[in-house]
Amino acid sequence: MKVYLDNNSTTPMDDRVKEVYCKATKYFGNVNSIYDLGIEARRKLAEAYDIIYPAIGASDEDDILITSSTTEGNNTVIKTFLYAFLRGNPKKHIITTVAEHSSIKAPLAFCKKFGMEVTYLYTDENGRIDPKELENAIRDDTALISVLFASNESGAIEPIKEVGQIAKKYNIPFHCDGAQAIGKAEVNVRELGVDYFTFSAHKFHGPKGVGALYVRAKAPYENLIHGGNQMGGKRGGSVYLNGVLAMAEAIKLANEHLDEMNTRVKALRDKLEEAILQIPDTKTYVDKKFRLPNTVIASFKGIEGEAMLWDLNQKGIYAATGSSCSSERLEGSEVLEALGEDPEIAHTGIIFSLSRFTTEKEIDYVIEVLPEIVKRLRNISMTYAKK
Amino acid sequence: MARNDLLSGSVWEQYSNKVIERMNNPRYVGEFSEEDAKKRGAKLVVADFGSEACGDSVRLYWLVDPKTDKIIDARFKSFGCGTAIASSDVMTELTIGKTVDEAMKITNIDVEKALRDEPDKPAFPPQKMHCSVMAYDVILEAAAKYKGKNVKELKDDEIVCECARVTRKEIEEIVRKYKVKTIEELQKYTDAGKYCKSCVAPGGHEERDVYLVDIIKEVNEQMEKEEIKKGLETGEFDKMTLVNKIKAIEKILNEKIKPFLAMDGGSVEFVDLREEDGKTKIYLRYLGACATCSSGALTAKAIEEELKKELKSNNLEVIFI
Repeated sequence: MKVYLDNNSTTPMDDRVKEVYCKATKYFGNVNSIYDLGIEARRKLAEAYDIIYPAIGASDEDDILITSSTTEGNNTVIKTFLYAFLRGNPKKHIITTVAEHSSIKAPLAFCKKFGMEVTYLYTDENGRIDPKELENAIRDDTALISVLFASNESGAIEPIKEVGQIAKKYNIPFHCDGAQAIGKAEVNVRELGVDYFTFSAHKFHGPKGVGALYVRAKAPYENLIHGGNQMGGKRGGSVYLNGVLAMAEAIKLANEHLDEMNTRVKALRDKLEEAILQIPDTKTYVDKKFRLPNTVIASFKGIEGEAMLWDLNQKGIYAATGSSCSSERLEGSEVLEALGEDPEIAHTGIIFSLSRFTTEKEIDYVIEVLPEIVKRLRNISMTYAKK
Repeated sequence: MARNDLLSGSVWEQYSNKVIERMNNPRYVGEFSEEDAKKRGAKLVVADFGSEACGDSVRLYWLVDPKTDKIIDARFKSFGCGTAIASSDVMTELTIGKTVDEAMKITNIDVEKALRDEPDKPAFPPQKMHCSVMAYDVILEAAAKYKGKNVKELKDDEIVCECARVTRKEIEEIVRKYKVKTIEELQKYTDAGKYCKSCVAPGGHEERDVYLVDIIKEVNEQMEKEEIKKGLETGEFDKMTLVNKIKAIEKILNEKIKPFLAMDGGSVEFVDLREEDGKTKIYLRYLGACATCSSGALTAKAIEEELKKELKSNNLEVIFI
């Protein structure tokens, strides 16, 4: 049996999305062409927007720019403020969190090269920032606040509404990386009080290579990609129409299945979590009320994360590590350490993330093989050696 | 290479079959107790290396025949990824049947080679070489324990890059020999710093006492000092610093040339000096009678010859302005 439990990384496409995607290839006309083919394509794009705008609670005066990914959207937002700074705007300070994805951290590191300053807010044992600390970090020259909706690793959901209120109080633009939000939580950008919101279709059973950047009306904006007058001239490049149509279908389905996510999928997650905790010397993290319904992050004392992934893979189970020993950089487990875990345990973190396609049979299979895997690896482990 | 970099392949994809086999079925996992040792008339040695906080650690158990110093059996326990477990397993196997002194010669490179399927194809990707380094270190720990010595006494040279086992001395020699200025240049001549990259510069996977960038800088500074000193000692003009070149030129002007020109009521003045394409251009100016003398060009040639002779260098040119 193959069990895919790395849905916070990417997801399989829904068959209904695939159908839309494939059928949409016939609208090959360029949405900017003046003749009938172009008009037809433009109508299809309008239909997609009819779905996407209400799906995240955007108002028609706001922009939802089609991008290639969350990463592109995050870069666009951050560099809007970098360009302003380089043109002489004195606002050079950006506030963000330690829990951000590299698509926030890397552009911010880039901004620092030009003299901008970044404050990273720490998260607590539930993986959440303290809004009071955010308020204390605000300076006269703060240009932007950027806080992720939820972590792909810990699953911790940040207090976005409170951040939005603080940002409004101090009149500072607020960006939210929403890659983990769609399909796992209700999203209404106006209610959340965000000025920018980014997401990618492939995180909610859509295709890879298409995403969106929400920009509230009148929020500062500068192009990342200059080109033709697509997206009102705000993002050059021919519009990936079948990708957009597929994303619209995917976001519609994600919202339709939100209840299922919060009931059936969540129950499966809870079942898996309980089974993990039945195994001695294991722990799970982040209070469930602050956690994405599909995510469980656990530690298995004495078993290095990559070794665990290896054995899971041997059994056809695909999960993720908090400590990514498999990457070129060989970083330690910053995730579990940020959640207050000891360094010895931090290297044993495993993240299981479910989706609406996860079945009870699959979870039962994982629950069945997990104790054998733990037994084999603990037998090798030095932690469990007699002194 | 560039194409492969873009593909950024999975680490696991690059494991040899032997690594996979050893990870799935390690042969020497286990422990020995004092009782086991007694039964087999051996001395028990237990040594640890690494730490779980850093993500890697290994414990090695040896049963050593005290009469022959031979390791009659060995086992290990390990906290680490697949490569670490496979490396520990092979390392443990390699020590069996060897004397403690022979075992001390086993390095991480031997372990990696033993895990290869084909002699020329690495058993795992470069960033995983780090995992096999513990194999060497834990053997040294065990040997030190058996001999009742400190590990430092057993290490002969200061290893800078543990993955490729390159010593500080070797790095220094390469920097000197090839006048290396950057890491990229250094890596044309050595594998140091190509694996886990911790030893290249601060900020890598592990903290180090010394980094390759520091050694390159130090050796270059040392070489520069030596050059200057050499220039001073031998009086070799081409090896002098700019200041010393100027001093040497002025000395010759004052002692040899000016007295000669003064006989005709003229003089010469040092104006500037430039180094271009390895050549030293000396800019001078005539003063007094020389400034209007019709045989200026001839005199200029003579001055250049005199400077060349006195400074023992053909690498200079005199230009009058």
